[in-house]
Amino acid sequence: MKSLKELEEIRKRTLENINLRKGREGYRIVVGMATCGIAAGARPVLTSIMDEVNKLDLKNVTVAQTGCIGACRFEPMVEVYSPDGEKVTYIKMNPEKAKAMVASHIKDGKVIDDYTMTVIDGKVIDPVSE
Amino acid sequence: MKEISLHILDIIQNSISAKAKVIQLTIFESTINNVLIVTIEDNGQGMEEDFLEKVTNPFITTRTTRKVGLGISLLKAAAERCGGSFHIDSQKGIGTKVEAIFQYNHIDRAPLGNMPDTLISIILSLGNDIELIYIHSYNDEAFTLDTREIKEILGYEVLITEREVIKWIRNYIQEGLKKIYGGVGN
Ligand SMILES: Nc1ncnc2c1ncn2[C@@H]1O[C@H](COP(=O)(O)OP(=O)(O)O)[C@@H](O)[C@H]1O
Ligand SMILES: [Mg+2]
Repeated sequence: MKSLKELEEIRKRTLENINLRKGREGYRIVVGMATCGIAAGARPVLTSIMDEVNKLDLKNVTVAQTGCIGACRFEPMVEVYSPDGEKVTYIKMNPEKAKAMVASHIKDGKVIDDYTMTVIDGKVIDPVSE
Repeated sequence: MKEISLHILDIIQNSISAKAKVIQLTIFESTINNVLIVTIEDNGQGMEEDFLEKVTNPFITTRTTRKVGLGISLLKAAAERCGGSFHIDSQKGIGTKVEAIFQYNHIDRAPLGNMPDTLISIILSLGNDIELIYIHSYNDEAFTLDTREIKEILGYEVLITEREVIKWIRNYIQEGLKKIYGGVGN
């Protein structure tokens, strides 16, 4: 049985990691968790992102969530902020796409354009037709 | 929603938006009394009385693009659909308490669903200055998790949202729930 004592070990290990990555900016992945996002499957998207980050042992990544990103029909949506502050918005995500996104975008720095949102003349162009 | 836990995830977002500092989630499952009760209580900004009345009115939504109403009316409908009931109490400046009662063995009751994944999703959205107290009982057994206890061990340098910590919390809840269910899944 797991006990709170194990946390002490994790604290020590994590502290070393934190010191190692100090000063190095990382990626920030944000999953939309409003009612429509949750109903459309945001939770498994979030957990599969975390699983993949763990599996690939990517150190400089934070995973967070936010409320409504604002476009229900594109949920689940995921925003990725790169170290230079640039933002890429992925739409209609699922656990498989989320895993692929982590491996390609976060690990190798290659955005998966097929999953992203494109805005032309202020209108959202839907790459995945319904 | 396919799982009651997804309603919980959604309703707790309301508490976070209402700037709660402490959120208490209680799940009471009693097969003996044939009930499943979910209670979410927060010390956020609360609601004015006249607003509260509107909020419990099902499917009062300005949204026309989808059938999904607002989060509260969805939970209310889910509880009432299976022989249960829904209550919401709120006081401006004090906090809000939401309670959904489900008939345990009702055919239309959604499964409780994946609580460990729901709780880590919640903890990630709480950030570092909102606390969650989770009390889950199944007949005579109970499991509790208190983020204050975890943070006390972690100290101020290691955040509860660190991935190693989140991973541990998820396993800890998985084990704890398995134990209260007597080794059988829900
Ligand atoms: N815990 C809470 N504390 C304060 N206000 C709340 C709380 N829960 C809900 N509300 C109010 O009720 C409204 C409706 O909530 P909800 O049905 O979840 O829809 P939504 O979150 O999409 O607005 C919220 O916008 C908010 O103003
Ligand atoms: Mg809501």
